Amino acid sequence: MRNFISKSIGAGFVLIPWRLLAEPKASAIVIVGDSRHLTGLAAWWVNVYNESHVYFALLTIVTIPLTGAILGGLADLVMRRIGIDLRTRTLREN
Amino acid sequence: MNWFYVLLPIAGVHVWWPGLLILGLGVGIIGGFFGMGGAWMVTPALNILGLPMAFAIGTDITHMAGKSLISTMRHAKFGNVDYKLALIMVFGTVGGLEIGARNIMWLERIGKIDLYVRGGYLVLLTGIAWLVFADVLKRRGKDRAARAAGRTVDHLTTGIEWYKTLQSIKIPPVVNFPRAGIRCSVWLPVAVAFFTGWLAGVLGIGGGLIRMPSLIYLVGCPTHVAVGTDLFEIAVSGLYGAATYSYKGRVELWAALIMLGGAAIGAQVGTVATKYVKGYGIRIFFGIAVVGCDISVLMKIMAAANPNLKSALDLAAAILVLSLVSLLSLFIVTKFAMGVREELALKREAVLVA
Repeated sequence: MRNFISKSIGAGFVLIPWRLLAEPKASAIVIVGDSRHLTGLAAWWVNVYNESHVYFALLTIVTIPLTGAILGGLADLVMRRIGIDLRTRTLREN
Repeated sequence: MNWFYVLLPIAGVHVWWPGLLILGLGVGIIGGFFGMGGAWMVTPALNILGLPMAFAIGTDITHMAGKSLISTMRHAKFGNVDYKLALIMVFGTVGGLEIGARNIMWLERIGKIDLYVRGGYLVLLTGIAWLVFADVLKRRGKDRAARAAGRTVDHLTTGIEWYKTLQSIKIPPVVNFPRAGIRCSVWLPVAVAFFTGWLAGVLGIGGGLIRMPSLIYLVGCPTHVAVGTDLFEIAVSGLYGAATYSYKGRVELWAALIMLGGAAIGAQVGTVATKYVKGYGIRIFFGIAVVGCDISVLMKIMAAANPNLKSALDLAAAILVLSLVSLLSLFIVTKFAMGVREELALKREAVLVA
């Protein structure tokens, strides 16, 4: 059985159509945000998007975990105030 | 009622923001409880709320990174996260996710994205639902057989045990994962992570829907450790997904932040609720959720094929997904409330005795 599984895995790697995994490069659709009717933060954000997707991506991946950690910390405080034990879990089974 | 609508400037659509908040809350509860990002519910729901499919996928993965981070922080304190296993899996997940995301851009270009994503969902959800319920039935069969023989089964016994065969394939290096209590070839979690990562990239999901059952049935983790480890994995790969989708310009950060507001509360409630529910209880409700979602995706496919029934079927699918999210959230919140009440009563009793 083990031999069969090993051979199957090997055959799978040989038969994988690699061209499907790495398809030829294609020009992606470019979307431009319309900032003409926007003001303030929203306009700035759309302009960042239009000017550089690199900055846009960097700002996104900094903002999201930071917001998550702050909101998670706040929710933690509330749970502790209620009196829930947030450190141990006694029930363990499959 | 214009103030209930927010303009998402990049996609250029107005979206009902309370819907985003409720969606975040519900999916936060469900995600924290089942150990997944919940994109299988959020992506179609965002699409229904008005976001184009590619934006729905990118925005969902982005909000998922933040939400999973919140749940992971909590699960880690319960000892439910096997960091070693999760970090090894990250390599496979990131590789798979990147290839999947490229495939999505290609599908978008040839105009087949909706059809392929929904078709993929349908096949995947049906397979997972079958797996979960086959496992539950097999485990019950073992219980019955043991009772008939006058014995009791060990509480760690599982129904489907494919992981035992896979763990016995010792391609070096072989590694111990003490928190999960398993020993296997390092290539097993890497291969599982690559495949689930690729599916996640193609279907626009964090991968938890596939990885959580894969960690249980293929790698051999106990349910609670599978939930916690998976969430850590989702947080890391979700962040990578957020980077790649925002670089490709398919993320609406406003929508992601509104959803994260609801998800912050929901994720804590869902995570703490796992303290009060047995592992097989989590598996059964996970299976029910998958069946409901499967039916809703089938309705969307039928709607696309039958223009006359399109509006009715789309509406029915939306109602089903929202009902599913509401009912599961209600069940988890009830378990959470009952568990907290019991825990506080025990604490009060202990104080009185002292």
